[in-house]
Amino acid sequence: MSADLEARIPSFLRGVRLQRDRVRDQWIVQAPERAFIVDSIAASILQRVDGDATLAMIIDALATAYDAPRDVIARDVIDMVEELTARQVLVCKS
Amino acid sequence: MTIPFPMSLLAELTHRCPLQCPYCSNPLALENVRNELPTDVWMRVLDEAADLGVLQAHFSGGEPMARKDLPELVRRAAKAGLYVNLITSGILLDEASFIPLVDAGVDHVQLSFQDVTPEGADLIGGMKNAQARKLEAARVIVAQGVPLTLNFVVHRLNVERIPQMFDLAEELGARRVEIAHTQYYGWGLKNRATLLPTRAQLEQSERDVASARARFGGEMAIDFVTPDYYADEPKPCMGGWGQRFINISPTGRVLPCHAAETIPGVSFPTVLEDSLESIWTKSDLFNRFRGVDWMPAPCRTCDRREEDWGGCRCQALALLGDATATDPVCRRSPDRGLIDAAIAESADAPLVYRRMSNHKS
Repeated sequence: MSADLEARIPSFLRGVRLQRDRVRDQWIVQAPERAFIVDSIAASILQRVDGDATLAMIIDALATAYDAPRDVIARDVIDMVEELTARQVLVCKS
Repeated sequence: MTIPFPMSLLAELTHRCPLQCPYCSNPLALENVRNELPTDVWMRVLDEAADLGVLQAHFSGGEPMARKDLPELVRRAAKAGLYVNLITSGILLDEASFIPLVDAGVDHVQLSFQDVTPEGADLIGGMKNAQARKLEAARVIVAQGVPLTLNFVVHRLNVERIPQMFDLAEELGARRVEIAHTQYYGWGLKNRATLLPTRAQLEQSERDVASARARFGGEMAIDFVTPDYYADEPKPCMGGWGQRFINISPTGRVLPCHAAETIPGVSFPTVLEDSLESIWTKSDLFNRFRGVDWMPAPCRTCDRREEDWGGCRCQALALLGDATATDPVCRRSPDRGLIDAAIAESADAPLVYRRMSNHKS
């Protein structure tokens, strides 16, 4: 089951993007009629969303970058992607 | 007091518009085309806005597509990192005019509809056959893949058709819908007796929006603006004076809200004479009602003072003749009776359309 989940490829909905807010020194998501702050963990995930990378590839990259247990990272990434899909930030294709 | 960074810039590029909606948020005194800011000044202002912390630029008017330099302005805003929102009537929008805007980097379009029926749309817009052009505009926007919001301003004459407004949004492929009750300033205030809904209509509109939220779930974002007349507490107009929002008029006046030009005895800062940063942080206008120090008695000690910021200054001015008074919508205001009287006074009267000839200064 986890393999199926991790085969999905997330991408940003058209009109939504991750952006560095240089004035406030933070990461934000810009979307129609709203902008919201994302924390550094969410930003590190979203920086790897390019429309080609699968969740598995993003999880591997983060586990390496942060030298953290893969199952912990996987849970964080999958939860966050599901939340951001519900908020019309990301879409996933399998 | 620390001064916050602004979030949004509303660039009112022009007051020219093919429509004449009787609740238009433009001031009664409309600006002539010959006084509009030139392209190069807008370019500078967009860069300054991004440097000041603005995240989203909303190109509006009037009808912003009446400006021939709109693609250039969109391109500059996008280059500065601003999220570019086009707020349009759609009347001038077709493939030939829209594709250059997409190429320039427009991120999102908010398309206004005056009603779901052609007759209702013609009545409010004051223009024949506007609806067909809007429907075509929506198709062009969606075909280009640009996210679309439909904006419906609702009032006594169309509020019953909210369910059909959501049907239309779904049919056209809109990702967002705004159902915004008319706000009663300027032109809207002139037409208040005809446009103000009844309490029963307001409550029905709340139920209609709630059922649309249940029907669409996460598939459609829904924004609902209620008329403050029926509220017990005022709205935090623009998120507080000089807290988040900058409005620039077609001639370059920099304002904390659309209606601020009505405030007497103030000199209005302009981008022709000063930088946006200096105006935002130092001008008398932006500091006049910023924060809580200016507040009168019921607000000064109110536990909501940093939630609603005393309500709307322009509403206090328009209804009480005093921009420093508590917004009379508030139940704690000694003048709340005026609002209740206005609700009781509703009556059908001919609409006064937004035209230069309908305002004598």
